[in-house]
Amino acid sequence: MTDRHIVTAFDEELQHVIRAVAECGGLSEELVSKAIIALTRLDIDVAQAVINDDKRVDELQREIEAMAISLIARRQPMAADLREVVAAFRIASDLERVGDLAKNIAKRVIAIQDQFHSQQVVHGVEHIAELALAQLKNVLDAYASRDVRAADEVWSRDEEIDALYTSLFRELLTYMMEDPRNITFCAHLLFCAKNVERIGDHATNIAETVHYLVTGEAMTEERPKQSSVLAFDLPQTDD
Amino acid sequence: MDMSIAKASVVAAETAPAGPVMKVIAEDVDVFYGDKHALKSVSIGVPERSVTAFIGPSGCGKSTFLRCINRMNDTIAGCRVIGSVTIDGQDIYDPSLDVVELRARVGMVFQKPNPFPKTIFENVAYGPRIHGLARSKVELEEIVMTSLGKAGLLEEVKDRLTEPGTGLSGGQQQRLCIARAIAVSPDVILMDEPCSSLDPIATARIEELIDELRANYTIIIVTHSMQQAARVSQTTAFFHLGILVEQGSTSQIFTNPHDRRTQDYITGRFG
Repeated sequence: MTDRHIVTAFDEELQHVIRAVAECGGLSEELVSKAIIALTRLDIDVAQAVINDDKRVDELQREIEAMAISLIARRQPMAADLREVVAAFRIASDLERVGDLAKNIAKRVIAIQDQFHSQQVVHGVEHIAELALAQLKNVLDAYASRDVRAADEVWSRDEEIDALYTSLFRELLTYMMEDPRNITFCAHLLFCAKNVERIGDHATNIAETVHYLVTGEAMTEERPKQSSVLAFDLPQTDD
Repeated sequence: MDMSIAKASVVAAETAPAGPVMKVIAEDVDVFYGDKHALKSVSIGVPERSVTAFIGPSGCGKSTFLRCINRMNDTIAGCRVIGSVTIDGQDIYDPSLDVVELRARVGMVFQKPNPFPKTIFENVAYGPRIHGLARSKVELEEIVMTSLGKAGLLEEVKDRLTEPGTGLSGGQQQRLCIARAIAVSPDVILMDEPCSSLDPIATARIEELIDELRANYTIIIVTHSMQQAARVSQTTAFFHLGILVEQGSTSQIFTNPHDRRTQDYITGRFG
């Protein structure tokens, strides 16, 4: 919405929230990107930076929440404005989780630094991570440009990540069976892959929020899903 | 199992009217004040036993339309109403219709509380008396007490019924006016900004009362407060420049209005 409110301070406050969400998105994206670099290069310094920077994402999320609550209390936003505030809430909380997942990957990098490892196995995780990162980037762009089609596209592409995760799961299992020395490393990698898959899920959550923000309608369709690893994996209830 | 019956009930379920019963139906209503075209081809259904809010900027025609529903516009010189307004299917502009009786069926509460300069009791007893609704003094007293009770005022005034109504606080006066409207057993109650001269506590009391009254009455409220429309109504209609722009469930109007003009108005972007 480009038109201005009669009360200009309302516009400023709303824009402030939107900018904070965009900033939080940029930071989370950077965290994920750095976490992947840390993992593929087993770079402890980068991993440590991710762990530190995640605090800023948490901080921003709290700021966005406080601003949104204050906006509701003082301005009583309606219609598109109300959806804007609700979207900020939801996206900030998804981004906060994304930051946590990136941080968790970074912690695992530190944990596996002394382990025997094979670069080949890491490539699989790198690939799925790049996909998830692209999803996150695209959905944040869709938020910035209020592009419902781009958001819907992100939403429907999550299936690819799920499929990739399933094949990666089998691949890692194979390595573990081949050589027990791989087990610790592969188990950590498996968690990293799972974290990445969850980042993809948060990207689709954000896509749903953008869809609601722009159209006013909730996304009702069931997302296409691959769930063949669930026989091995603990079921996640919130994805 | 008799298949024909099963099939018939499925058809009935599919064709049964999904929405509520419409108490007031207006079709293509135009209102002119002299040369001024104040209301343009308004068609709307007002669901019974619920609260419908009319919102819109000043001069949008919402009060004009409200006054069409009990023919208050008849009293304004140079005002012409074209189109059809029915209540329970009865054309209220039918020349044979008794307007006094209509106004008993369609009560009205105004912006400023306007109690008569009489006692609290007489304020409420006046309507039933002139309409001959009570056959005895006891019956009249009963109507007064019940009406004051329904308006949530009885506890506060039961020991001072002989004091002047004008001595009450603003919020109490407005509830007295609501009691006065209720006393003649209307079906429809029109409220034209009933809280605009009240403080927030008195406003909350009136809103609570409106919410209770909708179980038995069809209520239409004109309000300048968007928040009030959102709080008290189930249906909201937005008027602009004499046109009914959009009507929908209150939650739809305030979360996802379909028309750009509605969106601009309720989000405070109107020029």
